[in-house]
Amino acid sequence: MSLKSTLCAATALSLITASGAFADGHSATITIATVNNGDMIRMQGYTDQFTAETGIAVEWVTLEENVLRQRVTTDITTNGGQFDIMTIGMYETPIWGANDWLVPLNDLSAEYDVDDILPAMRNGLSYDGTLYAAPFYGESSMVMYRTDLMEAAGLEMPDAPTWQFIREAAAAMDDPANEINGICLRGKAGWGEGGAFITVTGNSFGARWFDEEWNAQFDQPEWADALNFYVNLMNDYGPEGYATNGFNENLSLFNQGKCGMWIDATVAASFVTGDDSTVADSVGFALAPNAEGVEKRANWLWAWALAIPAGTQQEAEAKQFIEWATGKEYIELVAANEGWANVPPGARTSLYETPEYQEVPFAQMTLDSINAADPTNPTVDPVPYVGIQFVAIPEFAGMATEVSQEFSAAYAGQQTVEEALAKAQAITNEVMEAAGYR
Amino acid sequence: MARSVTPRRKLLNTTIAWAIGLLIFFPILWTILTSFKSEAQAIASPPIFLGFDWTLENYRVVMERSDYARFLWNSIIIAGLSTVLGCIIAIPAAWSMAFVPSRRTKDILLWMLSTKMLPAVGVLYPIYLIFIELGLLDSRAGLVVVLMLINLPIIVWMLYTYFKEIPGEILEAARMDGATLRQELIYVLTPMAIPGIASTLLLNFILAWNEAFWTLNLTAVNAAPLTAFIASYSSPEGLFFAKLSAASTMAIAPILILGWFSQKQLVRGLTFGAVK
Repeated sequence: MSLKSTLCAATALSLITASGAFADGHSATITIATVNNGDMIRMQGYTDQFTAETGIAVEWVTLEENVLRQRVTTDITTNGGQFDIMTIGMYETPIWGANDWLVPLNDLSAEYDVDDILPAMRNGLSYDGTLYAAPFYGESSMVMYRTDLMEAAGLEMPDAPTWQFIREAAAAMDDPANEINGICLRGKAGWGEGGAFITVTGNSFGARWFDEEWNAQFDQPEWADALNFYVNLMNDYGPEGYATNGFNENLSLFNQGKCGMWIDATVAASFVTGDDSTVADSVGFALAPNAEGVEKRANWLWAWALAIPAGTQQEAEAKQFIEWATGKEYIELVAANEGWANVPPGARTSLYETPEYQEVPFAQMTLDSINAADPTNPTVDPVPYVGIQFVAIPEFAGMATEVSQEFSAAYAGQQTVEEALAKAQAITNEVMEAAGYR
Repeated sequence: MARSVTPRRKLLNTTIAWAIGLLIFFPILWTILTSFKSEAQAIASPPIFLGFDWTLENYRVVMERSDYARFLWNSIIIAGLSTVLGCIIAIPAAWSMAFVPSRRTKDILLWMLSTKMLPAVGVLYPIYLIFIELGLLDSRAGLVVVLMLINLPIIVWMLYTYFKEIPGEILEAARMDGATLRQELIYVLTPMAIPGIASTLLLNFILAWNEAFWTLNLTAVNAAPLTAFIASYSSPEGLFFAKLSAASTMAIAPILILGWFSQKQLVRGLTFGAVK
């Protein structure tokens, strides 16, 4: 065979194989991009039921959170049309809604009962009063602590502790000889990892990212107080190498009984009381702390929500799926098959009015934490932005990742807190100037 | 005359070689071992090396949740065709540079290599827009072309290096005997460069198999290869390391087996011309 014919054959073969569409017998197929977490995977398991009821087939594209974010952002900004439903969060929804990149969810059926969505979630997933994404599950952050260690230390965790009490409790529970750290917190770089945690910690010390003229505020004493408190607390009672610990690392430590306290996402409650936890029977919950005299607490607000990109050819089918997956009946379906502790939390008011769900140990504290979070008024002093652990502007993700890298370097002892704050101030002001905010 | 090696020295060399080999292989071994643990054992501290309850549960869950065969088939097609297409284009290019070089050959080679220095994300949007325009998103044909193009500089460079080791006089002799260019390439050059071509093919197949940026960003359902299969088990909120390890083991197993059976050819190719 000549070189030319070989080339032609190979090209033809690649085109033939490329055209392989996976045919099925359904009336329509929708493609959903989503994250890999317990609730989403559980939903995938029930998809056959949706298909049986509606005749609509579902194709899943499951990706790691950061990959998903990059993938769906590329697709929606170029109108790529690869997905009919995208799983996005509270950060993306108002920005994309403002750009008309999402289909407004303002015509959902009466049975869906959109008013049942928790107000905090509905506000966070709306732009200009219009809902653009339906929450599949929502979360805030709270204190998870070892009741047995607290008891042994002779302390009692208040429902709404202060940072000063948290430090006292960490000191009392810290037991290096038995590999127990007084407290475990996120320190890992990344705007959604350690960046989220230190931002809400800042809020609870009266700090803010920007003043009303979009000037960075890292040179203010509140930020120095917050960061110094965090670094001292973790250096004294935190685990080794906490600068690289994120959600999973702390979950692993807590489940192995190596943390007296852990302040993190409320969704972790079902993990620390689940089968893989060695301390499942001795976990208590409390609201995220605040500094004495500061009204704002260190609790964030987040939802993984389903949104429809504008331009999809399957808008009606996509809406049908969203109504099914985020509706009341889905919650009942999961509860019937897997128990109330495993239903997607934090999205609907009616869930928290269900007597069976009220029996779940972390249910009330999750609701209280969500209700304590106000994305439109996140800080003590006024700010020009919406968002608690983030600032809902497109520039935030890149800028906050850089800032959190500087903070992580301070946690690791590679620079001082003052140096990290000075760099954060410079990075933030530079980005805001380049973007034309100031 | 060959230098004599004392048994003690030989033992030392062997031990060092094994230690380095095991050190390099350890992450893969750890991944394989973790895939047989429960999620709780996977995160145990101190880590459990062998004394755990071996289970196939993670593989069962992964097989149940994902259509492994479809991902595998896509990987084979994309990696295989991009490598073959790359070689078809690179062999004549490398031949011309090795045997009929011009004043600018070195510059062209360096320019080709310089395309590898651009971070892939820098051209994501242009490529994505071109793919939308051509209807190539989530298609194997699109990925075959992209992977072929990004690996082409490496293929040309490798083949150029191998071809340079072949004496030009042999090709001249073939021409004097009346061989055409096609015959010279197929019957003279290719057989002599088989070890080099084989190792180039293998190395590029591995590179294309492992490529994760473009394969994740340009696919959704139909053309997603094993890199997307692994990515679907990675989670920042939840401990699924054992399942992720099972998915990783299933993704690397075919290429590991291929590498194992062709290691002789690979080593021969990579050391081709090293000792004259």
